[in-house]
Amino acid sequence: MEDNTRNARYNAYVESKMAKTKPWPSLFRAFWVGGLICILGEVIKDCAILWFGVEEEAAGTWELMILIVLAAFLTGVGIFDKIGAYAGAGTIVPITGFSNSIASPAIEFKREGVIFGLMAKMFVIAGPVIVSGVCASVLVGLIHILL
Amino acid sequence: MFDITSYIITFLIGGAICLVGQILIITTKITSARILVTFLLLGVVLEGIGLFEPIKDFAGSGVTVPIIGFGASLAKGAIEAGASEGVLGIFTGGLSATAGGLAAAILGGFIFGVLCNSKTKK
Repeated sequence: MEDNTRNARYNAYVESKMAKTKPWPSLFRAFWVGGLICILGEVIKDCAILWFGVEEEAAGTWELMILIVLAAFLTGVGIFDKIGAYAGAGTIVPITGFSNSIASPAIEFKREGVIFGLMAKMFVIAGPVIVSGVCASVLVGLIHILL
Repeated sequence: MFDITSYIITFLIGGAICLVGQILIITTKITSARILVTFLLLGVVLEGIGLFEPIKDFAGSGVTVPIIGFGASLAKGAIEAGASEGVLGIFTGGLSATAGGLAAAILGGFIFGVLCNSKTKK
């Protein structure tokens, strides 16, 4: 009895210590992985401009498309989840997170059928992103026309 | 081109944006869908008030790779097409500007969705 309350108090003490120290490594991991993904994008853009003579704006689109397909591939083979568990927001905030949010439920819900599983559930996270983005951009465009 | 200074800036800015996302996750237990929507809308607003372009000129992929850049492209497309084509432009511009990324994400999701199986299922 005495031991149980002591163990409980000790566990609470340990947990209070862990909660304080745990966030810092995750901040660092999000920082360096996120930064590295952005550098990878910049390298892809530079290569597109230098080797394939793509224009600046088109190179930016190629850059995002390659990162997106790469993230979808890594999601498919199960590597993305491991990187995501390590880096947290470092993989969610870049465009790779958007791609993962489409590919991951597509794979997960395939067993519910191609139409209502794979194709529909694809947008379970990307849907809100697209809806909010399109509505906000139309509003911003409207404001710019009126002003 | 292949300039080490610009890579360092890209790394620092891109990393800092992800760091902010991680801080949000830790402090508010926000879900990844909300993170994406929040940062996307931030990008739309930054582009709308004209702050995004100077940041982009400075940080390059550091701000265009995070989902903020996707929101900014949506807004930029709507604003530019709105200026040249009027009301129709604000409807067509946003999605036109981001069509490449969207199509790649949908196609990638579909192809790997068909080819790959869930790891947790087995």
